[in-house]
Amino acid sequence: MNSAARPSARRITALLGTVALVLAATGCGGGTGSGSADGKVTSITALDYYTDATEHAQWGERLTACGKAAGVTVEHRSVPGASLVPQVLRQASSRTLPDLLMLDNPDLQQIARTGALTPLDRYGLDAAGYTEGIRSAGTYRGKVYGLAPTVSTVALFYNKDMLAEAGVAVPKTWDELKTAAAELTRPGRYGMAVDANATFEGTWQFLPFLWSNGGDETRLDTPQAAQALQLWVDLVRSGSMSKSVLNWTQADVHDQFVAGKTAMMVNGPWRMTAMNKTKNLHWGVAPLPVRRPGQTLVTPLGGEVWTVPQNSSEARRQKAARVLACLNDSANMLALAEQYHTVPSRSSVAARYAEQVPSMAAFVKSVEGTRSRTGKLGVEWPRAATGIYTAVQAALAGEQTPQEALRHAQRIATGS
Amino acid sequence: MRSGSPPVPDGTARVRAVSRTRLWARVSRWLFLLPALVYLSLFFGYPVVKNVVMSFQEYSVATFYTGAAPFVGLRNYTTVLSTDVFWQALLTTVLFTVGSIAGQFVLGLALALFFQRRFPLGGLLRSLLLLPWLLPLVVSGTTWRWMLDTDSGVVNEALRHLHLLSSGIPWLTGTSEALVSVILVNIWVGVPFNTALLYGGLQDIPARYYEAAKLDGAGRLAAFRHVTWPLLRPVAGVVLVLGVVYTVKVLDIILVVTGGGPAGATQTLATRSYELSFQQFEFGRGAAMGNVLVLVSLAFALVHLRADRRARNT
Repeated sequence: MNSAARPSARRITALLGTVALVLAATGCGGGTGSGSADGKVTSITALDYYTDATEHAQWGERLTACGKAAGVTVEHRSVPGASLVPQVLRQASSRTLPDLLMLDNPDLQQIARTGALTPLDRYGLDAAGYTEGIRSAGTYRGKVYGLAPTVSTVALFYNKDMLAEAGVAVPKTWDELKTAAAELTRPGRYGMAVDANATFEGTWQFLPFLWSNGGDETRLDTPQAAQALQLWVDLVRSGSMSKSVLNWTQADVHDQFVAGKTAMMVNGPWRMTAMNKTKNLHWGVAPLPVRRPGQTLVTPLGGEVWTVPQNSSEARRQKAARVLACLNDSANMLALAEQYHTVPSRSSVAARYAEQVPSMAAFVKSVEGTRSRTGKLGVEWPRAATGIYTAVQAALAGEQTPQEALRHAQRIATGS
Repeated sequence: MRSGSPPVPDGTARVRAVSRTRLWARVSRWLFLLPALVYLSLFFGYPVVKNVVMSFQEYSVATFYTGAAPFVGLRNYTTVLSTDVFWQALLTTVLFTVGSIAGQFVLGLALALFFQRRFPLGGLLRSLLLLPWLLPLVVSGTTWRWMLDTDSGVVNEALRHLHLLSSGIPWLTGTSEALVSVILVNIWVGVPFNTALLYGGLQDIPARYYEAAKLDGAGRLAAFRHVTWPLLRPVAGVVLVLGVVYTVKVLDIILVVTGGGPAGATQTLATRSYELSFQQFEFGRGAAMGNVLVLVSLAFALVHLRADRRARNT
C-alpha cells in the first residue's frame, strides 16, 4: 500500500516501544485509600507496616478494641516497611490518606513537614509524661504530631555460656569490650557482631557509640566521632569481628548470634521472642559499653508513632484521635510492651513495667537515655544518616582512616 | 448487444468512491493505533515528561501535599554532576554493564550453540536453564548473599575444602571484590535470557547452509564464522541492546546483594538515584540522576534502531 509512510510509522512505534522498555523500571502503581463518608462516622481506616501475619493480627485486635471504645470499626491495612513512606506520599498527593497512620519515628518530621498531619493538641492530646526521646521524635516545630505506645533501642546481647567458658565478664567500657571480644573469638566464631551495612540500619547501630562518646550528627568530623569509629575498626582489624558486618542486616546479626557464630552482638529487644524459642541458647542483655567509666550511655530511640493525617472530615479525625489516645493508654502500653519486648513510652508506666518484667530492666534503663534521630537535624537527618553509614563502610573496608571517612561524611551531611 | 456488462461509473463518482475508501482506510488505521497510543502516552509518555519536569524542580516531600515545586533550572543537574560520587557511580555503572553483558552474552551463546545439538534430555536441561530467570530477584539475590558470605558462605567453604585457598575471599566485603561478585550474580541472572533468544535465532538458520559450508570444506570454526555469526547478527544485536538497557538500570540485585557497599564500591547510577529519591527524599535530584540513565539507555536504543534499519535495507 502506502509504502512511503509505512517505515516511518514503524520507526515511530519502534521508538515508542524502546522508550517503553527504557522506562519499564520507573513505573509506579497508584494507591487508593478510602474516601470520607458524610454524617455519622462508623468506620475509620488505619495504615501501618506490621505485615508479619501474627503481628498484623495482634495489632488488628488492639485497633478493633480501641475502635469499639470510640464507637467505630477500624479497617486495618499493612504495607511493607520500605514502601510505607512512598505510599503515604502518594496518598498525600491524591488526598486519600488513612484516618490513622503509623510512621517509623525518624520519618515523622518529613511527613509532618508536608502538612499532611494534624497536630494532636487539637484533640486535647499531649506528650506529658513521655520520655524525652519520643517526645522530641513526635514533635515538629513545637507541636506534637505523633505518639508511640512503646519504644525500644539497642543493647548488648551476650551468650552466657560462652562468656562463662572464657571467664569473661560483661564488658562495660570499650577497652573491656575489645578484650572480651578478642578472648571470646575462636575458630569459626567471632567475639562481637554489629550491623554496619550501607543502610540507615547501619547508622542506627553506630549511633550509641557515636553519641555516648560525645559525638554529634550536626558535626561529624570530630575526634569523639573518630574514636567511636576507631573502636569498630579495631574490632574488625583484630579479627574479633567479621568483616562481613559490612553486609549484615540486624536480622543477619541475630542469626549469627543464635547460630553460635558470635558471642556478643548489638541488637534490639524485638529479637527476644525468637531467641527465647532457640533451645540451648542462654543469653543475657546489658547496656552497651561506653568509652570510659562515668560516660552517660546515649542510644537512639526506636519505635513507631501513631498520627492523625489531615483529611477532609473533622468527625473522622476526632474518632481517629480517640483510637490513638486509647492505643497510648497505660493498659495498652503495658500489654504492647510485654507482647513485643519493648518499653512503655511514659516514664511512670515504664517504671512499673521494669518491676513486673525484670529481664527488660536493661532496656528500660537504656530507653531513659535515648535520643531521637531527628531531634537535632529534623528533616535534614537522612543526609547525615547517609554520611554516617558511608563513613562506617569506608573505614571498616579499609578505604579511609576514620578521620578521612568522617570528613567525607560531613561533606555528605551538608550536601556539599 | 451490451448485455451483462455493468454500467461504467463516470469519472467523478469513481474518484469520490476511491477517496472515500482511502479516507476510511486512513481513519481505520489510526483507530487501530489509538489504543496503543493512549496506553503509551498515559503509562510511558506521562512518567517520562513528569520525570523530566521534576528534574528541573525542587521536588521535596512537601510537594506531594502542597503541590508546590519551585523551578530551579539546572541546579539539580549541576549538584548531581559535581559530586565525585556521581563519577564513581558512572564508572561503576559502565564496568557493571560491560562486565555483565560480556559474560552473559558469551555464556549465553555458548549454551545456545551447545543446546542446538540434539542429545538426550537436551530439552529438559534447556528448560531447567531458564530457572534463574523465573526466580524472584530478591530470592536469588538473598541466596547469593548468603552463599558469598566470607566466613560461612558455601562458596568460600567449597574453595577451602578444595584447598584452593586458605583464607576466605571477601566476596561482598572487599571494595575491589564486591563489584566482581555483583557482576557474577548478574551474569547468572542474565544467561537464561541470552540463551533463550540466541537459541531462537539459531533455529532460524537453515540447516542447508551448514551442509553447503561443509561441502565447501569449512570446519566447525569456519562454519561459525561464515554462517552462524553473520546470520545471527540481527538477533545478537537485539540481545545486546536489550541487555544494556536492562543492565544499566539494575537496582534490585545490587540492593539485595551488597546494598551499594562496601564503601560505595557497588553504587551505580540506578542505586544512587534510588537512594536520592527514596532515602533522602530529594526527588528532584533523584529524577536528574534517573534522566542521565534514561539518556544512556535511549542512546543505545537509537543505535540499535539505526543498525536494525541498515540491516533491513541491505
